[in-house]
Formats: sequence, structure tokens, C-alpha cells
Amino acid sequence: MIWFKKDIFKKKTLANGETDRDKSVRVPVGLWVKCESCSEIIYKKDVEKNLDVCTKCGHHYRIPARARIDMTIDEGTFKEQDQGVSPADPLEFKDLKKYKDKLRAAQKESGMNDAVVTGSGLIGGRRVFAAAFEFPFMGGSMGSVVGEKIARLIEGALEAKCGVIIFSSSGGARMQEGILSLMQMAKTSAAIARLKDAGLPYISVLTDPTMGGVTASFAMLGDVIIAEPKALVGFAGPRVIAETIKQTLPEGFQRSEYILEHGMIDMIVERRHMKDTLTRLLAMLGHRHGQ
Amino acid sequence: MANKHWLEFERHVVELEKKIDEMKGHAPEGSASHADEISKLEKKAKKILSEIYSRLTPWQITMVARHPERPYTLDYVHNVFEDFMELHGDRRFRDDQAIVGGVARLDGAPVMIIGNQKGRNTKEKILRNFGMPNPEGYRKALRLMEMAERFSMPVFTFIDTPGAYPGIGAEERGQSEAIAFNLMKMSTLKTPIIATVIGEGGSGGALAIGVADRVMMLEFATYSVISPEGCAAILWKDGSKADLAAKTLKIDAGELMKLGVIDKIINEPVGGAHRDPRAISTSLKTALVSALKDIKSSNVDSLVKNRYKKFRSIGVFSEG
Repeated sequence: MIWFKKDIFKKKTLANGETDRDKSVRVPVGLWVKCESCSEIIYKKDVEKNLDVCTKCGHHYRIPARARIDMTIDEGTFKEQDQGVSPADPLEFKDLKKYKDKLRAAQKESGMNDAVVTGSGLIGGRRVFAAAFEFPFMGGSMGSVVGEKIARLIEGALEAKCGVIIFSSSGGARMQEGILSLMQMAKTSAAIARLKDAGLPYISVLTDPTMGGVTASFAMLGDVIIAEPKALVGFAGPRVIAETIKQTLPEGFQRSEYILEHGMIDMIVERRHMKDTLTRLLAMLGHRHGQ
Repeated sequence: MANKHWLEFERHVVELEKKIDEMKGHAPEGSASHADEISKLEKKAKKILSEIYSRLTPWQITMVARHPERPYTLDYVHNVFEDFMELHGDRRFRDDQAIVGGVARLDGAPVMIIGNQKGRNTKEKILRNFGMPNPEGYRKALRLMEMAERFSMPVFTFIDTPGAYPGIGAEERGQSEAIAFNLMKMSTLKTPIIATVIGEGGSGGALAIGVADRVMMLEFATYSVISPEGCAAILWKDGSKADLAAKTLKIDAGELMKLGVIDKIINEPVGGAHRDPRAISTSLKTALVSALKDIKSSNVDSLVKNRYKKFRSIGVFSEG
């Protein structure tokens, strides 16, 4: 048994000088762990009880899709849908590894078919259609399956006259499905248009990180857009921007606080207040469709 | 005719063209055999060119799509449409010259035109930001599309961009929101939209004016989720593997037609659009007129419904 794990994270220096680490797992293994943000030694059980938020500095760890659903949807009410929708390999894509092999590894690791969980359940007693991204599944990237499941989620909400909540965490479109991934941006955004026409509320929650084709489609189309603290949110990645403009990026660039200041989101909400905030918002925005 | 810029794989034919030009310059008076010789060589050059272009690799197609002499949006605007009046600005921040737009006539009927615009010389390239729009470009495009909807004018978009600009200001002003908003709004715009990829179709920056009832592509244009160089750098960890990435990504018109992402391929003259801008303009016009005729027959509600279905059905997955 590991009693103390000093630092299992690989340090990376981002283009803006901040250090980031490979956060593909939630709180690291071991009883005592070092927070990846404040470097304080924290008791793992405390962090878990604290919704995977550091008890010392409030750093929000990335969490699995199902954990997100569990902490958001009223206990025992979530009905997952479309679990059977599975990725194919339409381009027979192979870089250094085969796409098929990458998929298999990600499926084994996550126990999921692809990078998003979708379904419906109650939040504060009100029915809602919700999706949560699994970032470790190929960077939460959007290919045909993610696009299809998001579109079906929205169409389900339309039929049931319910609101939609999507927790995004994604590097963007999935390169291994080429142009088909790009087209999922059009597909999901078109579905959101229908939801808006029907006057049904859509709340988009941006969690660390939400980038590229996901930000440039449904994630930025919420009636209300919420971000978790210090989430990286943007179109182009910080490294690409720094390389293009050959300048150092401003401090806090593309973080929740920065994009709030620039008018791109409505609010930053800590994880412990997320469910309550969503419940209150949906009750107000969805008052015509009260259940 | 020898072009100023030529691509490495055209070397053989370019050398021949040079020779022909030289011979033309030294023509002895009234020598029939000399003229015969030239005409023979010209035929030979055309044959070689045609052979080269009939089996271009996806990476070579990318080079043609980015050819510095390739016709750009404004070239087509002037060759295909009449009475073009450019309209500027997004009414919010500034006029983004990487996207041009305005009203014009197509065979006499009023239409709206929107397209990416690249520059020819250094000064113009900077002015056009190398064809990479900022959010205000997409917002101008949307303003014009909504105007077209109000005045029942069909919208023609021309895609030719490496991608949306990755810059600090672009992010601060909501590059992703601008693109997302266009995707959403275009999906329900109550007027026909016809998009044509004329050069580079660079990812979300291209799609932001590409949600259309008909999506067409010139024969040597490309359309991709990421540039071959970018993909190679990320997935192969080696930017020089761009040729392999281009092939793997399936970015050329033939492949995209098979994937059901585009509706029509517009054939280019032998050796690419830049070798005969008039011919390609004529082909483009024919294709635009016929696409419009085709969709104009349906009423606007079914048009929008079908547009939804078109994009809704793209994607490959299994279910069970």
C-alpha cells in the first residue's frame, strides 16, 4: 500500500509560464497526497469528501463523468441513455498507434464506450437532461459518438420539454475521425438552436479544460454559461497562440476568471455550490415547463 | 503559359513550358516546322500536366489549394457575379478584412456573398491576416446572412482559410462563441445557403460560414478538422509527417464526397484553377446556378428542416 505519494503528476510548463500537470486521474493514489496546485500535503479522504476539491487551496480536480453526474443529479434518479452508441473507425486512422487500439485502451480504462455520459434525471426534483464529459477518454474529444449522443440528448429534452445541462471537459474535435468530427460541431449547434426555439433552458458548465471544437459549438451556446474556478477555456490552445504571435500570454489568460472579465461567461461557481446554482437557475428559466 | 510560382511536383512540366516560351521568343519568320514543333511540345506539356494532376496525393492537393496564384473569393465575385457592392463591418468592433461580403447579382437576381479572403502580396496578406478571421469577421458574416434572410436573398459563401485566427484579442473577443453562434444561426436561417470550398477549408474557422443546404468543393480544395502540419505535430510528434497526415485525415474532395460531407465536386481546369481562372469561374457559376435552382424549388420551412437533417445525419458509429 502506498502511504504517501509525493508527486505522481508529470509537470508541464504551459506557454503562459504557468505550470500544469497531467491531470488525467482525479486525486492521486495514496492516503496522503500533495496538492498539484498548492503543494500542501492533504488527506485523500478529505479531498474526496470535499467533491475532489483541495481542502487547503480550493483547487478543483478533474473528475470522471459519472462522479459529476452523481454529485449533480438527485440520488437514484439518473437514467443513462445511449450507452450502446460506440465509436467506429471510419477513416481507418493510424498515426503512431491505431485509433482502434487507442479506443480500446480508453474504453478499458474508463469503462465507457466513448467520452460522454448522457441521460436524464431529477435535479432538486425537476427533470433535466444532462451530459458529462470524461476527459481521460482521448482528451474528452468529440467524434461521431459524442456528437450523436449530445444531439440525442437535446432531442430527448425537446420531446420531454425539459432543460439541458452539459458539463464539458474536452480538448476539442477528435482528429482521428477527421472531418466527421468537425461536422459534429454543426450537428450539436443545430440541435441547440431547436432547444432555443422551443424556449427550453440550456445551461453549459465549462470545466477544466474546455477547448477547440467543443467550445466553438454547444459549450458556448448556453442560455447561462457557468465555469468552475480556474478552468482553462478557449478556442486555440495557449501553446498554439504563443507560437503564432511569438509573445508571452497575459497572466491567467483563458482561465475562468479571465473570460468572465471579458464577458464570455455568466459566472464562476465552485463545485460545492454547483448543484444548488443549477437547481435555482433551472427553476427560474424553466418555470413555464414546471413539473 | 508558365506560372510564376510552381510546385515541386510540376518541375518536369514547368521546364518544358520554359523551353516552349524560349522557342516562341526565337521564332524564325514564317517557319512552319518551328510552329509545329511548339504546338507538339505544348500538347506534350498539357498531357504531362494532366497526368500529374490526375494522381496528386492529398498533400500535393494541399499545395495546390494554397497556391499563391489560386483565385480567391473576390476573383470569383468579379468573374461570376455582377454589380457587387461590398458591405463592411460587424457593427460591434471593426471590419475584419479576412472575410468579405456584400450584395451582388447572379444572372440578374440579388444575392448575398460572403467569403474568406487572402491577400496576394505582403501588404495585402497582412491586411487580410492571411485569410484567418477574428470573431468580428464571423459576426460580420452573420450580420449579412441575417440581412439576406430579411430580404429573401440566397447566401453564397466561399471558404478559403487556414483557420480562425489564434490570437489573444481573438480569444478575448470570443472566437469560439462567434463560431458557435454562426453554426447555430446558420442551421435555422430562412433562406437558401450554398457553400463552396474554393481553397483551404481550415476547421471550425471554415465551418463557421459552411453550414449550408449544399456544400460544394473545387477539385483541388481541401477541408479538414486540422491542418496536416498541425495533426502531424500532435499525433506523429513530427511536423514533417504532414504528407502522411494529409492522407490519413482524408481531406480531399473525393474522400469527402465518399464520407457524405460534400454534395458536389467542381472539376478544375488541367493543372488547377490558377492556370485558367476564366474556365474555373465558368464552371463555378454553372454549379452555383444549378445548386440554387435545385434548392429554390422547396419552400423555406422544408429547406431548414432538410438542412438540419443533412448535418444531423453526418457521423459514423455503431449501436448495439
